Amino acid sequence: MKYRSAFDIIGPVMIGPSSSHTAGAARIGRVARTLFGRLPKKAIISLYGSFAKTYKGHGTDFAIVAGLLDFDTNDERLPKALEIANEMGLAIEFRTEDAVVDHPNTVKINLYDEANDLEMVGISIGGGTIEITELNSFPLKLSGEHPAILVVHQDRFGIISAVTNVLSAHEINIGHMEVSRLEKGEMALMVIEVDQRIEDKVIDELTNLSNVSQIIRMVV
Amino acid sequence: MFRNVAELVQLAESNQVKIAEIMIRQEIEVSGLSRAEVIGKMDKNLTIMEQAVERGLNGVHSHTGLTGGDAVLLQNYIKSGKALGGTILLDAVSKAVATNEVNAAMGVICATPTAGSAGVVPGTLFAVKEKLNPTREEMIEFLFTSAAFGFVVANNASISGAAGGCQAEVGSASGMAAAAIVELAGGSPKQAAEAMAITLKNMLGLVCDPVAGLVEVPCVKRNAMGASNAITAADMALAGITSRIPCDEVIHAMFLIGQSMPSSLRETAEGGLAATPTGKRLEQEIFGESKTFKLKDLVLS
Repeated sequence: MKYRSAFDIIGPVMIGPSSSHTAGAARIGRVARTLFGRLPKKAIISLYGSFAKTYKGHGTDFAIVAGLLDFDTNDERLPKALEIANEMGLAIEFRTEDAVVDHPNTVKINLYDEANDLEMVGISIGGGTIEITELNSFPLKLSGEHPAILVVHQDRFGIISAVTNVLSAHEINIGHMEVSRLEKGEMALMVIEVDQRIEDKVIDELTNLSNVSQIIRMVV
Repeated sequence: MFRNVAELVQLAESNQVKIAEIMIRQEIEVSGLSRAEVIGKMDKNLTIMEQAVERGLNGVHSHTGLTGGDAVLLQNYIKSGKALGGTILLDAVSKAVATNEVNAAMGVICATPTAGSAGVVPGTLFAVKEKLNPTREEMIEFLFTSAAFGFVVANNASISGAAGGCQAEVGSASGMAAAAIVELAGGSPKQAAEAMAITLKNMLGLVCDPVAGLVEVPCVKRNAMGASNAITAADMALAGITSRIPCDEVIHAMFLIGQSMPSSLRETAEGGLAATPTGKRLEQEIFGESKTFKLKDLVLS
């Protein structure tokens, strides 16, 4: 089931005008910011479907940028996000795309700074609820509502049990988990949504596992 | 976890509790929060709704000038004693409009289930409150009852205008409100489900065609109709009227109708009222070459 909580229906508390195009957009931006780990220097925001057609009227543009600035959906600074981003040195480029996508409210966000880059695709499915559907070309499903660990690794036998052993040793319960890969034996991505807070030492232990190239922590 | 309205009603009946209580128990289980925390969270949302209505009734205008001030006009009209419709009905309409005028002006609201349809549930609650005199706890329960029905629609059809048209937004909100009114007025879980079914049946096929892509025209006035539809359907269900088509089948019909709606009528501002000569002219005036302001400047003053 896509919606799990009463507060997905009665909520979020937010700045208008649209739960999907403003609040949901802000949440997608904020997940991208969290996955990137810091304020990026540059963002390319590509809008599809209804997002591309109505982003001006709904304030989707400033909402996504507000998310990149780590603002919550009810932050009064939301409508001023474009100016604030400019002051903070975040360069933004918007693109509207004609391509037909699976969900009408789709956005692709590319983030860059000197050290890193990230590409993420998110959809806003209604009432402010979102799903992240793609990260660096890996298909995935991430709600952004739970703490999560994303493990970028080589597609080798034993890596899944090595990761889950670490979590088990720290008594962290897994709520949802999936593994995807681009090609057999190449880079793969593990997405693990957990119930508990993830401590630094857990991240350190996971980073030190062989065949693991990157660990991304998603805090909520 | 209940998957449809039939299961929701059955759970409430077999446990001999309100639908609100089933939603509260499920929320405690899913979130891991305590009962007090879950109730407290909804209490905060209720406070946001009260503040939004108050702000709207004091008069608020969006910066495009397309919406605002209608909630005040309606309150004054009610006070004049000339109103033809019932006071509770018109009060609900006025308070629904008030909330969405605040939303259009980029004020703080609570999405129920969406921002564009945020007026219906609080508008009806604060209007029937005048007659039913609920406790704070019962008002919070009203929101959990609404949530339970919205939860079923969200998981089985849609609450997104881009996916299912306005029937998915104001339609869902109206059905949620009708069911919650019935429960607050002392109706049974089954009657609440009948009210939801009757309401949704009257909202099927409603398209999402916002002028200039703004959540103003016709969204604010659709919340007015959503509120009056909810009160009418609640009264019908409380009078003992039932829906010939069961609630879950109405919800499924709504899903299928949404699926077959062309994209021009699903929040793209390309069809319906958005494509009328006046709709196009307004879009040009607001976002065209001669624009005098940028959207990011349209902050609630």
